[in-house]
Amino acid sequence: MMQKEFCRIISQTEIAEDIFELSVKGELVSQINAPGQFVHIRVTDRWGPLLRRPISISSFNKATKQLTMIYRKEGQGTALLAKMVPGMELDILGPLGNGFPIEEVSSGETALLVGGGIGVPPLYELSKQLAAKGCNVIHVLGFQTKSTVFYEQEFLKNGETYVATVDGTYAAKGFVTDVVDRLRFDCIFACGPTPMLKALEQHYSDKKMFLSLEERMGCGIGACFACVCKKADDPLGVSYKKVCSDGPVFRAGEVVI
Amino acid sequence: MSRLNVELPGLNLKNPIMPASGCFGFGREYSQFYDLSVLGAIMIKATTVEPRFGNPTPRVAETDAGMLNAIGLQNPGLEKVIAKELPWLSQFDVPIIANVAGSLEEDYVAVASEISKAANVHALELNISCPNVKTGGIAFGTIPEVAKQLTRKVKEVSEVPVYVKLSPNVTNIVEMAKAVEEGGADGLTMINTIVGMRLDLKTGRPILANRTGGLSGPAIKPVAIRMIYEVSQAVSLPIIGMGGVQSAEDVVEYFYAGASAVAVGTANFVDPFVCPTIIEELPPILEKLGFEHISECKGRSWKQHEPFAHYRA
Ligand SMILES: Cc1cc2nc3c(=O)[nH]c(=O)nc-3n(C[C@H](O)[C@H](O)[C@H](O)COP(=O)(O)OP(=O)(O)OC[C@H]3O[C@@H](n4cnc5c(N)ncnc54)[C@H](O)[C@@H]3O)c2cc1C
Ligand SMILES: Cc1cc2nc3c(=O)[nH]c(=O)nc-3n(C[C@H](O)[C@H](O)[C@H](O)COP(=O)(O)O)c2cc1C
Ligand code: FES
Repeated sequence: MMQKEFCRIISQTEIAEDIFELSVKGELVSQINAPGQFVHIRVTDRWGPLLRRPISISSFNKATKQLTMIYRKEGQGTALLAKMVPGMELDILGPLGNGFPIEEVSSGETALLVGGGIGVPPLYELSKQLAAKGCNVIHVLGFQTKSTVFYEQEFLKNGETYVATVDGTYAAKGFVTDVVDRLRFDCIFACGPTPMLKALEQHYSDKKMFLSLEERMGCGIGACFACVCKKADDPLGVSYKKVCSDGPVFRAGEVVI
Repeated sequence: MSRLNVELPGLNLKNPIMPASGCFGFGREYSQFYDLSVLGAIMIKATTVEPRFGNPTPRVAETDAGMLNAIGLQNPGLEKVIAKELPWLSQFDVPIIANVAGSLEEDYVAVASEISKAANVHALELNISCPNVKTGGIAFGTIPEVAKQLTRKVKEVSEVPVYVKLSPNVTNIVEMAKAVEEGGADGLTMINTIVGMRLDLKTGRPILANRTGGLSGPAIKPVAIRMIYEVSQAVSLPIIGMGGVQSAEDVVEYFYAGASAVAVGTANFVDPFVCPTIIEELPPILEKLGFEHISECKGRSWKQHEPFAHYRA
């Protein structure tokens, strides 16, 4: 059940160039039910920037009631967010959406987690939970350039981790899809730019796969029809799914991306 | 005694605050936050005869103090709204205002005659002003004769009072208001969104897939206030005002301009509790301003002065 709550900021750190790790404490953490859910953040108590910003939950701890997000400072909203310091309160709506189904991978099976840029964060909690369950977890993480790489060490604790940078300034040069070709796995979980998700969906249509989508949002809770996508079995018709409330995670092939 | 109850054609409102059409779906999502019975009324999402998917995404783009949307009237269609959404809403003690849309006159007539039969639909809101659909909408909302004719046709079949939602995308809103009054409208709702566009800094292309969209939010409030100020002096129909309302003070300003009730749209996305918060904050503000009842605020902007001769003509 989602809630709207003023959560206290516990810490905020720039962990890579323009990449911030933000932890808050709040009762709504008790409502999180899967890795890959997100929150909708009001970055100001004024009316500009007007809309809330959707940010994934990258990890959480129900005992301490804390959740952590990792975001890239992009435009007006995330720039304001980056200025906030511990002790301040943040207006958060969440947890929202449906996350990754960890029950789809059994202990002993291999899960491949593929993340691109700011699609990497929600995979972290997923990785922790799969590893804890006894699954074999492999990570393939793509970044633009060396200065924006984050969480490599954290992911390494849970399993093999391959990093690729688009410009080749760190680790392998190229796209995550180049790395994935060499690996063996039972199930893919991915979050990142749409071209990456599309490529995965096309190349590994024989594999079990779950993709987390992004779309511009209004309400974030299913009321405004801003974030819809077509269902794959009815591409010309009126059937739809809402990324905010039916997703953001979908089984590959369920919706048109 | 309540300071907030308002009587309008077909609507006996415990307070004059209601969510605006398209910003509240059919209420299900917001019912997770509060009891919808606290609302004065609910304006449900536009309903068309057939289900509609709407426009491609991106469908929204933020602007300074506002947002553009080009949803394209996505809705589940008349049959489903009557079979599922309205019965679900009937668990709440709140009148429903059904937003009616279409491409052709007969579409509006078909939706109006069916949906007005539902027990909890107490009024219709004729959406002749959606800027985001290719056909229909625009001519109905910008040509006075066409609007009048449509209003008349819908009035003939509707079992409940008909409010017409005016578009701000016209040169002379008073002329439109007068036309639908002549067509037999029972009230007006205004304003719908203002056509706008945003371009992406990197690509130079429009952010919205539909290219243009409707501007809503605080940015449009002064436009709505001005239009209500003009229209409320020129016609004798009650007006449900909307556009950028986010606080109890805004509601008072709308009443001053000449509105008899107020709808809240975009602000629901920012704060899901905005409607109940405004309803709670209204009485103390009226108290502070020295009003016994909200109706005393109505038309204050022009009542104390001579109205412009131009609008009376
Ligand atoms: C379900 C979901 C989860 C997300 N998780 C993360 C995350 O964990 N970390 C992270 O860094 N980013 C994440 N994003 C992207 C993040 O929402 C945008 O980067 C952010 O909204 C940009 O806001 P801004 O004010 O800085 O940018 P601006 O460009 O000023 O924003 C203008 C408007 O566009 C919207 N917008 C801009 N970019 C995006 C985008 N990529 N997706 C959706 N809306 C956008 C904004 O919300 C705002 O309404 C996620 C997006 C979605 C939909
Ligand atoms: C996402 C969105 C969807 C809307 N859908 C409808 C609609 O279906 N029918 C309608 O008459 N108006 C629709 N509107 C217009 C609103 O009802 C309202 O007139 C307008 O947004 C101004 O109010 P606001 O500034 O409080 O949002 C929509 C507005 C938004 C932002
Ligand atoms: S953002 Fe409003 S329905 Fe998804």
